[in-house]
Amino acid sequence: MSAGDDMERRPRVTLREAGADARTPSSAAASGPVPEPATLSTISRATYLKEASLKNLFLVCAFVAVAGVLLIFLFVGIRGWEIFAKVGVWQFLSGLQWQPTAETPQFGILALIVNSVIATLGGLALGAPLAVGTAVFLSEVATPRARAIVRPAVELLAGIPSVVYGLFGLLALRPIAAEFSGGLGFGYATAWVVLAIMILPTVAAISEDALRSIPEGIREASYAMGATKWQTIWRVLLPAAKIGIIDAIILGMGRAIGETMAVVMVAGNAKVIPEGIFKPFLTLTTVIVIDMPYASGDHRTALFGVAIILFLISMAFVATIRLISRFGGEQS
Amino acid sequence: MNAPRAVVDKRLTNALALGAIWICALTTVAFLGSLLLYIVVNGVRELTPAFIFTWPHGVNMEGGIWPTIQSTMYVTVLAMAIVTPVAVLAAVYLAEYAVQGRLVRTIRFAADSLASVPSIVMGLFGMALFVEGMGLQFSALSGALALSFLMLPIIMRTTEEAIRAVPKYIRWGSYGLGASKWQTVSRIVLPAASPRILTGLLLAMGRAAGETAVVIYTMGTMIYAPVSPLDPGRTMPVHVMLMAMEGINLKAAYGTALLLVLMVLAFNLTARYIVRRNRRMQG
Amino acid sequence: MSETLAEHLSGVPVGHDQPDKFHVRDLEFYYGDFHALTGITVGIQRHAVTAFIGPSGCGKSTFLRTLNRMNDLIPGTRVEGNVLLDGQDVYAAGIDPVDLRRRVGMIFQQPNPFPMSIYENVAYGPKLHGVKKKADLDEVVEKSLTRANLWKEVKDILPRGGLTLSGGQQQRLCIARVLAVEPEVLLMDEPCSAIDPTSVQKVEDLMAELKDRITIVIVTHNMQQAARVSDFTAFFLQEKVGEAAELIEFDRTASLFTSPKDRRTEDYITGRFG
Repeated sequence: MSAGDDMERRPRVTLREAGADARTPSSAAASGPVPEPATLSTISRATYLKEASLKNLFLVCAFVAVAGVLLIFLFVGIRGWEIFAKVGVWQFLSGLQWQPTAETPQFGILALIVNSVIATLGGLALGAPLAVGTAVFLSEVATPRARAIVRPAVELLAGIPSVVYGLFGLLALRPIAAEFSGGLGFGYATAWVVLAIMILPTVAAISEDALRSIPEGIREASYAMGATKWQTIWRVLLPAAKIGIIDAIILGMGRAIGETMAVVMVAGNAKVIPEGIFKPFLTLTTVIVIDMPYASGDHRTALFGVAIILFLISMAFVATIRLISRFGGEQS
Repeated sequence: MNAPRAVVDKRLTNALALGAIWICALTTVAFLGSLLLYIVVNGVRELTPAFIFTWPHGVNMEGGIWPTIQSTMYVTVLAMAIVTPVAVLAAVYLAEYAVQGRLVRTIRFAADSLASVPSIVMGLFGMALFVEGMGLQFSALSGALALSFLMLPIIMRTTEEAIRAVPKYIRWGSYGLGASKWQTVSRIVLPAASPRILTGLLLAMGRAAGETAVVIYTMGTMIYAPVSPLDPGRTMPVHVMLMAMEGINLKAAYGTALLLVLMVLAFNLTARYIVRRNRRMQG
Repeated sequence: MSETLAEHLSGVPVGHDQPDKFHVRDLEFYYGDFHALTGITVGIQRHAVTAFIGPSGCGKSTFLRTLNRMNDLIPGTRVEGNVLLDGQDVYAAGIDPVDLRRRVGMIFQQPNPFPMSIYENVAYGPKLHGVKKKADLDEVVEKSLTRANLWKEVKDILPRGGLTLSGGQQQRLCIARVLAVEPEVLLMDEPCSAIDPTSVQKVEDLMAELKDRITIVIVTHNMQQAARVSDFTAFFLQEKVGEAAELIEFDRTASLFTSPKDRRTEDYITGRFG
């Protein structure tokens, strides 16, 4: 049988009925003729083309991700480019004054960057320890019944849309903050709590994975040496899961810095530089949401500039995680 | 006889530390509980059939929220229809055909970057490319395309993991029968991985339905029940945000938020059910 | 006998009139940088059972997989030398490994039925190769399951999942699955090591029935099994860990077990190592 289109191969059912080679081996079978040894087929051109084109189709699909990143750079970057050209990248990044609607508009986003960082770090400080603690709980401490409650809780928290978090923050937490501070309750304090709850599921899930991937034998060895559970966790497991936990925290940071809706609902519409933790503030993300509806001209361009900066920041986070994973991996 | 001090210290620290860990877990559950409780208590009164099926009217958006429900479902389904084939085939490439190298690393870095894009940046991107650049205006299609880019890396990752979870020996069984690569992938691997792939799709759908920043800049804020992909609309999350922030109609905000949470819950529970059922069938 | 086959070196004619189904000549095999097999030269006679024995990890399975190019699926592998099927080199440029694998089927150590019904498992192969009509498929399924001595046990439960069968039944299902594509050779990689003794018996009986029309090669670490079922036996050995494995001795089974020519073979058979 020579090479042919694989679509036209004869059904094998009838092979035995096809004439047998005259030179059958000595031990003749009881029933029916023995199939003749055929020559090997070579890969037909049609098959080769088909397999190759399928592979290329999938490659194109995979490349859509790359295309997406490039398109974002292109479309957001081009829009924002004008402001960099006008004001200068350095001035844009380090200028302290964000007054796009003043007589002589100022486009410095340093204060916005600082606010974003403060909001993120605060949320992280509250949320990360809780998240890692929960991860340790799920991986090491929980009874099966407790696990059956806590794990779904974490997964559920992960699925709640950020507007709902914002709603909660706005209508439930803010009044509490208002009690404390006597003001309206918008401000860092509320934002920190909201962000902490938001990054909790991400950091907890990834940290839990990191802890679970530690081989059981390591725990047994530690217990066998007379260590308590806590000592094992603190001295053996957490260090072993360090890379994974750091990854989780960086991922949480990335999410927090990019979070818009929840923050805008509790940060208030405001002065750029707040006067305290219970005063409204403006971040890289909230400024876009708040200003965009009425921005025009340079102001609008500046907002696109902020967007591209945000994009670069998030890519920097991704690169950092990859570097840490690669570097940390080599160490162990 | 008293145990030596070191041992007592050790046990005390252990007890305290474990207690702290329990508190962490309980706090997490408390967060979820208080959030859900708050939304449910305030929103459940709103969930009448009138609320769900009628249109809002008047300055204060009294009445129902039906157009937002239709907008949400329309744009979510459309987005999933666009992104699923691309993401699944991309995952097939990474899991089955790709060879480790610069190309694969570039693709993965791009996917990770795409996954970490702040949704507001994605929203502006959608506005720049689809709404203005391609002239689609505020429409369900713009929204769906922007959401697709958001969902792409998520679905790529879950699908790739699902494919990799199919045991090597099953594939070898197929190759050993004279199957080509594509035959093995399409007839054995993908069907075997489909429960997990489906789970990933459902979770992504939940995410897409809850998106605000992306949709607000691509689909707009007009109250409208979209029929054609070029129709605009206001999705439920957008509605919640506008109602809450402008203080117009807090009751509607609660009701919409509750409905949204119930939707996401439904997606999540279905996903879990599929995983559990699949595990049982595997014997 | 071993000399005749092993030294069948120059000018092997292309054709169907030699007793060897497979003829391997000076095979070298590499996993990346690791040299796994060296200097393998052997003939596998058609319509007979040939057993590969040797200590575990010495490369028998690797060599088995070179016969149907399953090693191609592992990245970084390299083959030198010739593997001739009916006189044709299976590693020649342009040869379709997919077609090769249909003709040279494989049974694995761990039974691996597809997560489908029993019927679909057996019908998978014929469907791949173009059989569409239900009547034809029904016929192939029944015939293959019968040949695998499984038909009576499963004929009423064909829609049930393949994974619901016992280990031994699953392995026979895998055999039926392979038989459905009508291979000329059956490569069996320790097929009985993961199933219960009754099923082992059934599989061994199967081999005796099938060898009239199919060439069988079995890798086994169980010497009694090799002695029971095979006509020819090849003994492989990796002298030192990290070195390439060699074919030490090849002979009719009876001769190899009663009067081995190499001292190392004798040591292995009498249990002095391995």
